[in-house]
Amino acid sequence: MNRLLLRNADDADPGGSWNRDPEGIQTAADRSRTARVGLRLFLAVVSSLFFLFLLAFIARSQMADWLPLTDPLAPLANPWPLWVNSAFLVLSCIALQWSRMAARQDRLDATVMGFVVGGVFAIAFLTGQVWVWQQFVAWGYFVASNPANSFFYLLTGVHGLHLLGGLIAWGITVVKFLRHVPLPQLRVSVELCTTYWHYLLGLWFVLFALLTSTPQTYEAIARFCGLR
Amino acid sequence: MAYAEQAETEALHEPKSFLTKYIWSQDHKVIAIQYSLTALFVGLIAVVLSDLMRLQIGFPGSLAFMDANTYYQAMTMHGMIMVIYLLTALFLGGFGNYLIPLMVGARDMVFPYVNMLSYWFYLVAVLVLLAGFFVPGGPTGSGWTLYPPQSITKGTPGVEWGIVLMLVSLAIFIVAATMGGLNYVTTVLQARTHGMTLFRMPLSVWGIFMASIMALLAFPALFVSAVMMLFDKLLGTSFFMPAIISLGQQLNHQGGSPILFQHLFWFFGHPEVYIVALPAFGLVSDLISTHARKNIFGYRMMVWAIIAIGVLSFVVWAHHMYVSGMNPYFGFFFAVTTLIIAVPTALKVYNWVLTLWRGDIHLTVPMLFALAFIVTFLVGGLTGLFLGNVIVDIPLSDTYFVVAHFHMVMGVAPVLVVFGGIYHWFPKVTGRMFNDTLGKLHFWITFLGTYAIFFPMHYLGFQGMPRRYYAYENYAFIPQSAQELNAFITVVALTVGVSQLLFVFNMAWSVFKGKPAGSNPWGAASLEWQTPNTPPIHGNWGAKLPVVHRWAYDYSVPGIEQDFVPQTVSAEELEQMRQLSAGTKIADVKT
Repeated sequence: MNRLLLRNADDADPGGSWNRDPEGIQTAADRSRTARVGLRLFLAVVSSLFFLFLLAFIARSQMADWLPLTDPLAPLANPWPLWVNSAFLVLSCIALQWSRMAARQDRLDATVMGFVVGGVFAIAFLTGQVWVWQQFVAWGYFVASNPANSFFYLLTGVHGLHLLGGLIAWGITVVKFLRHVPLPQLRVSVELCTTYWHYLLGLWFVLFALLTSTPQTYEAIARFCGLR
Repeated sequence: MAYAEQAETEALHEPKSFLTKYIWSQDHKVIAIQYSLTALFVGLIAVVLSDLMRLQIGFPGSLAFMDANTYYQAMTMHGMIMVIYLLTALFLGGFGNYLIPLMVGARDMVFPYVNMLSYWFYLVAVLVLLAGFFVPGGPTGSGWTLYPPQSITKGTPGVEWGIVLMLVSLAIFIVAATMGGLNYVTTVLQARTHGMTLFRMPLSVWGIFMASIMALLAFPALFVSAVMMLFDKLLGTSFFMPAIISLGQQLNHQGGSPILFQHLFWFFGHPEVYIVALPAFGLVSDLISTHARKNIFGYRMMVWAIIAIGVLSFVVWAHHMYVSGMNPYFGFFFAVTTLIIAVPTALKVYNWVLTLWRGDIHLTVPMLFALAFIVTFLVGGLTGLFLGNVIVDIPLSDTYFVVAHFHMVMGVAPVLVVFGGIYHWFPKVTGRMFNDTLGKLHFWITFLGTYAIFFPMHYLGFQGMPRRYYAYENYAFIPQSAQELNAFITVVALTVGVSQLLFVFNMAWSVFKGKPAGSNPWGAASLEWQTPNTPPIHGNWGAKLPVVHRWAYDYSVPGIEQDFVPQTVSAEELEQMRQLSAGTKIADVKT
């Protein structure tokens, strides 16, 4: 035992495979990289949030009182409004991606144009989502009438709030563009907004697919997850 | 690293007025103190609530205002405040904020503005929570687990306003914790100074780092359950609410699953235990190493144990639900994972003991608290093995044995580390020493007192005394001797509660009147003790960031004058120190 302890005492600096000397990664690490790391971590948090929402969705969908929104007479039997909204979000992401690429090439006008158009399409998406909510209400599909409705409002609402948060960041960046802040200082904001938008687009398609799936699909997922 | 170099050249949100220096501060040290003071304040409220409960249990009817509803409200608020608003906030927002940048050699957190927002969101969460005391019906009395359907069904105290405020407060707290957590993790990943590799970080940083990652991933479960329950309460949905008849009336809910809430709650709730425990593990490792003048035993094992505990803590949640009627195979699975998580945890305890073994132990106040933590955590951990087994848990479930267990393992044990940590870093934060005699008095009353409180509860639990009862007299199955023991526990609890004023007085007095501490009164090797100023000034390090050459545990190093080597000392400088020391000794022999 004595020898073991002494050996450990001699092992003064364990180093190891993670012994990454920060001086060795000078070129890659800068402030924008830090912001990107922060955003990725945040996206991990959002993923955890929606993963848990979706698990709750699947678990709750297995109860007897669940009335699917995809029934022939239900609002999502023909989900064309959601397809239109999805198209808005896709266009929004394309515009932002265009803006990001222009920013990398130092083309200010194209950057601003793409960025603004991207935001406008995102606002169109949110407006479309609110319109779908109104349609639900008009059809008598209120938030508390059935758990399927409740989840529809909840999931689209939380997704919309995340996009709204992104639009605040977008708005701040637009104001900076209007104040003629130089492009190199705003490149990171454009990059971060674009990444965030792409993530929310992917997330939206997951939600879209799930919300418009059949009860048989829910049952299969529930069985796979051990929830049934 | 480039970030570090940039930090050397750029001005850092320099405060220009009293307001930006002390109130709307973006400095991690000020934010840490704001977090700590708020958490300690709200923690004192929770202590008062627990003493009120104890008065009711020990001497039923002694408090005129204490009816069943008030009792349950006090119980709920006590539990929630202690777990979330005191321990989580203090370990991550307080210790995390203060120590991470100083220990990794950064000037501040990487997102200072978000860090500031984190504190203000936390404060709003606390205010919303405390507002529950002032609304009609008072705060919720549904127990800290807030289980539906009872938490939002008439008959439970605080069902009108209290539960809504509680859920909203939790949601705001989670936003605050997320903003803080993003900062802590990104700072550790991106803002370490030259030479500060991950495997040179002190275990305090490792503990807080891992706990922050867990908080980021686990708190969403509480957020999800809080939002869905708010929908059930305010909009009449049925996520968790089954068809139910309440007070003779059929409610409008149907089909909801209360068990779903329990799964979501405990998917957060069990990692939460380790969100509190891992920072405590880290801090206590540093305290023991410093005050035993010995390098931490098995540093790498300690790091991997922290990571393993963090990962495993996500697959043990349902051991809180053995009596919920879930599938027995689930119980088997979760009992196995619960026993597995005991392995890395036990490894840490062994390593602390081996660090102490043949160490030059200084029984300072922080060290006393650290030693008390090891013993207390061991006791609480061992009873956890009992409760982790389904067949033992079922008869003990909902008895005082459970109350004793969780208070020992995640109440008393982390609080001992909180005190130890505050006493240890107080000289760095204020530049002054605390009063040693008062500190020791505080320690002995707290340590012995908590044992006098919680040890007998194990016995009461074995006797079958159930938890959550408002009064225990006039039950045939609870003997008179149990009631006498309850009275004894209450007397001790009041003594321990009042003795915390010793701590408050000691800290408040020492901030202004304590003896000057110097820059490194404990002779500690880690980076935070090597700042050019004590207390560290804005930006922490002066013109140049420190360069790290070694780990944080070089104690009792032979051949040099002082018995420790700071992390900033290079191999060449160490050699010079050795030669200087040898030269001095030769000169001594000659004279």
